[in-house]
Amino acid sequence: MHSGNEPIDAIILQLQANIFDLLALSPPGWGGNLMRGLFHSILIAVGAFGIGILLGIGGAFGKLYGGPVLRDLLELYTTVMRAVPELVLILLLYFAGTDLINRVLELLGYQRIDINGLVAGICVLGIVQGAYSTEVIRGAIQSIPQGQIEAARAYGMSASLMLRRITLPAMLPFAIPGLANLWLIATKDTALLAIVGFNELTQETRTAASTTKAYFTFFLAAGVLYLTLTLVSNVIIARIERWSRRGQPVGGH
Amino acid sequence: MAGRVAASGAIEVAAKTSLWLQPHRIGLVAVGLALVVSAALFMRWDWVPNYAGLAVQGLWRTIWILAVTSVLGFLLAIPIGLVQVTGPAWLSWPAYWFCTVIRGTPLLLQLWFLYYGLGSLFPQYPWIRDSFLWPYLRQAWPYAVVSLTISYAAYEGEVMRGAFAGVARGQLEAARAYGMSRWKLFRRIWLPQATYRALPTLAGETVQQLKSTPLVATITVVDIYAVASRVRQETFIVYEPLLLLAVIYLCITGILVFAFRKLEARIPARLG
Repeated sequence: MHSGNEPIDAIILQLQANIFDLLALSPPGWGGNLMRGLFHSILIAVGAFGIGILLGIGGAFGKLYGGPVLRDLLELYTTVMRAVPELVLILLLYFAGTDLINRVLELLGYQRIDINGLVAGICVLGIVQGAYSTEVIRGAIQSIPQGQIEAARAYGMSASLMLRRITLPAMLPFAIPGLANLWLIATKDTALLAIVGFNELTQETRTAASTTKAYFTFFLAAGVLYLTLTLVSNVIIARIERWSRRGQPVGGH
Repeated sequence: MAGRVAASGAIEVAAKTSLWLQPHRIGLVAVGLALVVSAALFMRWDWVPNYAGLAVQGLWRTIWILAVTSVLGFLLAIPIGLVQVTGPAWLSWPAYWFCTVIRGTPLLLQLWFLYYGLGSLFPQYPWIRDSFLWPYLRQAWPYAVVSLTISYAAYEGEVMRGAFAGVARGQLEAARAYGMSRWKLFRRIWLPQATYRALPTLAGETVQQLKSTPLVATITVVDIYAVASRVRQETFIVYEPLLLLAVIYLCITGILVFAFRKLEARIPARLG
């Protein structure tokens, strides 16, 4: 055997022996920690995406039907949120948000509280997501054929009934590609919370890797988990897209 | 004549300004100015002179990383997009999976995988330690550049795939009928038209890339974000450095968007 290959062979042998021990689900292995991190990541992504959609619906309606002041303020919100790095926003909103809540509590005579990292992370990412989904949903509402809205008005529908029965369902096929993209961004942005020390998948991976010194193995394993999440999401998104377009003529709106 | 042109230009500008400066906007601008002034008066800014030199260095590093990784990433994106449209399976398949894997995992994880994962394997091989690359492999910035370049290449490669596929067949057939060689056809017809198509997304991708640059601070590259973190850790001032940092990123984004808009306006947007 060529002498230069010996260290490589040794490492490969060592990896084969160790990799299953390292990634075992029960405590001496770190697989359980990674799975818990993945669960937390999915939880944060779902929460942030949900908050983002609610903010997005509100923001889109404000931008389309709101008064001039509201419109300008929403423009400011979406511009700033989309121009400043998520990392900076997370730190800023995390510090400012917890500080603000505690000051309000002190003013009202309550004790200071420790904000749960999970809740803070979900809220912060949700606010960032809201800026993007505002734009997606606004575009989708504008793509609804105008006649449908006019018909709803002609039927004498109230604004909320029209929202529930016409606008939201009709905009869905136009909004889904953009929202799907946002969901994928949300799953990946959860990794940023590792920097504020929250125990999601990337942070759990770093802990496991720095404890065992098996950096290569663990980062690769985490990559596979994230990729699986993305690929599974893609399959589900394709189904939802097909469902939302049911009843529409094929190949055009 | 020149005076009339200038006058009509001034009128146009005045009309645009009055359209933008509606009554409520004057109020909003006043509120904004009041906020800025009170921030300048009531917040602590005495740390700024101490860190100004470091901040300029950090800003330069951020811009440098952004420029280098965007250009290299775009150059990589061209072959990645092209082989997925026209290449043989043994090229298009890896290109497809490259895009899928990079776009499917967080950039932070890729960065740490390269720096901590691969970086921890390198010292075990004597031939790597003896090579001329070793002085670079021991520093952090090459990992930052490689990882950001790969990320940009994957996202933009996906865009270029669509752009190459979107160029009208007739254009390519006409070029072939003129007897152009494959390389000339690519250079004169296919690549320029695809680039025009990709240009609108390029601005967005580059802003996205700017927003990814602070991640390099996690592997000890001192960019502008790292400087702000250092101010926070050394002086225990939380909001001021972060606010200033947000303003700096806003300015860079504004400049990028403006520059790309100018670039787009200069290129005739006539597509076949």
